[in-house]
Formats: sequence, structure tokens, C-alpha cells
Amino acid sequence: MNKIQWLMAEVTAIVQETPRVKTLTLRLPEWIPHLPGQHYDLRLTAEDGYQAERSYSIASPPEKTGEIDLTIEFIADGEVSSYLFDGIGIGDPLEVRGPIGGYFVWKDTMANDPLLLVAGGSGIVPLMAMLRHRANIKATNPTVLLFSVRTDEDVIYWNELKTLACQDSQFSLLITFTRRPPSDWTGYQGRIDGPMLSEVLSRFSSPPLSYVCGPTPLVEQVANTLADVGLPPTSIRTERFGPTGT
Amino acid sequence: MASFFNKGFGRKRDSDTSGRIPPGQYETHDFPVLTAGPTPRIPLTNWTFSLEGLVDTPVQWTWEEFNALPHQSFTNDIHCVTKWTKLDTHWEGVSIETLLEHANVKPEATHVMAYSYGDYTTNIPLEDLRHGKAFVGLRFEGQPLTPEHGGPARLVVPHLYFWKSAKWIKGLRFMDADKAGFWERGGYSMYGDPWKEQRYRSDD
Ligand SMILES: Cc1cc2nc3c(=O)[nH]c(=O)nc-3n(C[C@H](O)[C@H](O)[C@H](O)COP(=O)(O)OP(=O)(O)OC[C@H]3O[C@@H](n4cnc5c(N)ncnc54)[C@H](O)[C@@H]3O)c2cc1C
Repeated sequence: MNKIQWLMAEVTAIVQETPRVKTLTLRLPEWIPHLPGQHYDLRLTAEDGYQAERSYSIASPPEKTGEIDLTIEFIADGEVSSYLFDGIGIGDPLEVRGPIGGYFVWKDTMANDPLLLVAGGSGIVPLMAMLRHRANIKATNPTVLLFSVRTDEDVIYWNELKTLACQDSQFSLLITFTRRPPSDWTGYQGRIDGPMLSEVLSRFSSPPLSYVCGPTPLVEQVANTLADVGLPPTSIRTERFGPTGT
Repeated sequence: MASFFNKGFGRKRDSDTSGRIPPGQYETHDFPVLTAGPTPRIPLTNWTFSLEGLVDTPVQWTWEEFNALPHQSFTNDIHCVTKWTKLDTHWEGVSIETLLEHANVKPEATHVMAYSYGDYTTNIPLEDLRHGKAFVGLRFEGQPLTPEHGGPARLVVPHLYFWKSAKWIKGLRFMDADKAGFWERGGYSMYGDPWKEQRYRSDD
């Protein structure tokens, strides 16, 4: 196996997704097809040689060749995210290596199985790659996204998700607002809990394969609840973005 | 000066401990959680710990028997492949060397498969578990180890990336060859030395 090399990518586009989230498009000198759910490692180097490395999920589907999209949430005291958010412009170079990860991935062989995606905040990113790829291959498996966000300003990819939900009767978009829902909101509110997950699961006629991604406490809570209500633990895949609190 | 650098990027937090942070890692004061799936719940009445495979007589301890073994305190730095390093963590547990006094490991044994509740496995050279280099941790920072962090008992091999420190440990199987465990089959390094940055299989 060849070493996963560090590559010098170039930022070719920047999209402001929400007040605290931006998508950077990187053109890679050598693009390798990825599986939805995989990530790249990104490395920043300071002038004095100090380096910081973080992982970022790939938002784009493998059908988008030559480039990858990374969607980055701004964390105020975040060493890497705040630089990517405020310090990077179009044309800037960024060192990355990937694609990485062989477990939190959605493969075409799963395209007939019912699918439950649960995201908290920027945890939507790898799940978005799955949804985009699923739409591209025209999969018709029953699919539900349960997306926990703080306020109506924080729904990353909202327009695209709404469009996907309108075009595909097998895909349901469920958003829960933990702080401030839109004024005319009739859907879920508050943190994801047992009753909410049971209700979501009742939409499936057979147990789904589940992917849960986001801040560690949300992932813990959701994955454990899904196991408690009877989903086989091996059918629940998780990715934790951090942090932990304690 | 670095030949390539990101304009305007600099260290956010000063650190006088940089010599203890392996390449590509950063120091955290949290204790993040990394697991492939949900956290298993293990009632202590059913808990057992076994030594099996290439041993003269397999051994199995109950929770009570295991806790009656001599305990030691350990202070270690731990390094997770997801890039965080936590310095000076305090543990209490049973050294693997202590466990090995109870089972005669056959001379042909070279590697160990650590296996866990929840079917997680990870492979480690036997030598890396010996001579006090590794232990089964039962208490962390003075408290019983919580399930999120691998409780009731987790293997701790501080000098390798932390996924080698199998959570919810159930036993050690001694083998005469190296075999890939759970993350290793998924493309992670067979050995996982943080100082050589052996994160992925291709770094070996
Ligand atoms: C496999 C994987 C995929 C990831 N994918 C993405 C992605 O697609 N988009 C994305 O934005 N992030 C993603 N992350 C998180 C990302 O790697 C960084 O941890 C995050 O950007 C924070 O780094 P930082 O240097 O800005 O903050 P740091 O300087 O490391 O931390 C600053 C402070 O923020 C806290 N903190 C750290 N991480 C988070 C977090 N995720 N949320 C809130 N607070 C945090 C820390 O506890 C600390 O107090 C992913 C992580 C993993 C492991």
C-alpha cells in the first residue's frame, strides 16, 4: 500500500453556509475517489514550523471529481477552524491527505437498506456526502435524516436538503431546533431523546442501518438510545467530532 | 523556518510541554471519546477476564477475583489517533505482567489479540504489553472508570495510539503471528507508534 501523501491543494471556492459555517472547495493535484463518510486530514504550518492537524469530513459526493468540499464550523478559540474560517481566501494553498476512514462509510452495496442518519450541527457533513451520493445513484431505499440544530440560522445545507426531500418521496427531512425554531415551526423542538427517536424509527418498516455524527455527547446519547430501543449495536455507526465537556 | 507555511497561522495556546506531544498531535485537557458504535453495558456480575490461546492453562477471573489481584498506580501520557494528547493521566489497575504470573505463556506466542465486550478487537505485539508497559485500568483520576471511557475495565497501552488500549476489555488471546484487529482491518496501523506517526496502515 502506498503512503497516504500530503498534497498541496488550492482553495477554489468559499461558500458561507450559515453565520458560523463555511464550505471550502479544494482542488487536488491528485484526486482519489472517496466513499461518502470518509474524511481528509488537514495540516496547517506556522512560519516558525509549528504544525496543527485536524480531520474534516468530505461533504462532496464522489461524483464531483478533481475537487473536494470541506464544510467547517467556526469555533471561537479553535486553533484550526478559526484560521480556516477567517484566514483563508480563494487561491490559498492548504495541505491535506486522504481520503481516510473505512468504517463510517456508506457503500453502494447498502443502497437497498433502509437508512437512518442522525446529525448534530456540523455532524451533517459526512451524512450530506451520503445523501448527495444516494441521490446521484438514484437509490430508492427509505431514508430519514434527523438533524439537530440550535436555531433557524444554523441549518447547514437547508435549501439543498429541502430540495432533496421534495424530489424524493423516499427521503424524509426532520429537523429539531434546540434553542430557537422558526416562528411558524410545527416540527420537532428540543434535544433528541428516546421518544423522538422511537417516533422516527416507527417510520421504518424494517430496522434501518444508522449513522450518527456530531458532538460527542449527542452521539453518545443517540447511539445508546438506538441500542436501547432494540437496534442491533453493529447496525449503528458513529463518528464523534469532539469536544467532550469533561 | 518552514519551507511552506500558511500565512497568518500561528499557535493559539502556548505550551511548555511540546517535547511530550508527538507529531501531528495537540494537547487537550478534556478526555474525548472515540468508539465505533454504542457503549456496551456490562453488569459486573457477568464480567469476566480471560487469558487464552497460546497459554499452558487458560485462566478466567470474575470481577471480584480480578479486583483482588495486586493493584498499581500509573501516570501516563495518552495519544489518540484523532490527534489529541492528554498528559499526566492517573490510573489504577493491574499490570499485565501481574496477570502473566497466572498463566504460562507458550514460547511461540509473539502477539496478542485483545478482545472486548461489543466485539471490538485490537492486535499488539506481546513484548509491548510486558515489563510493566501495559495494564488493565480499573480507576481513572481516582474514580471507577466510566462506560464511555471503557469501564468497567480497559486495557491501557500508553506508548501506542490509544485505540490499542481496548475499552471494555474481556481478555487477551496469545497468538504466534500478528493478525489485524477491528480498526486495523479498517486501514489503521498494525502497530500504532505515535512518535513515528503510524496512524494508518500505509504509515507502517
Ligand atoms: C473524523 C472527524 C471528522 C471531522 N469532520 C469535521 C467537519 O466536517 N467539520 C467540522 O467543522 N469539524 C469536523 N471535525 C472536528 C475538527 O477536526 C476539529 O476538531 C474542529 O474543527 C476544532 O478544531 P480547532 O483547532 O478549531 O479547535 P481546538 O483548538 O482544537 O479546540 C478549541 C476549543 O474548542 C473545543 N472543540 C474542539 N472540537 C470541537 C467541536 N467539534 N465542536 C465544538 N467545540 C470543539 C475544544 O474542546 C477546545 O475547547 C471532525 C473531527 C473528526 C475526528
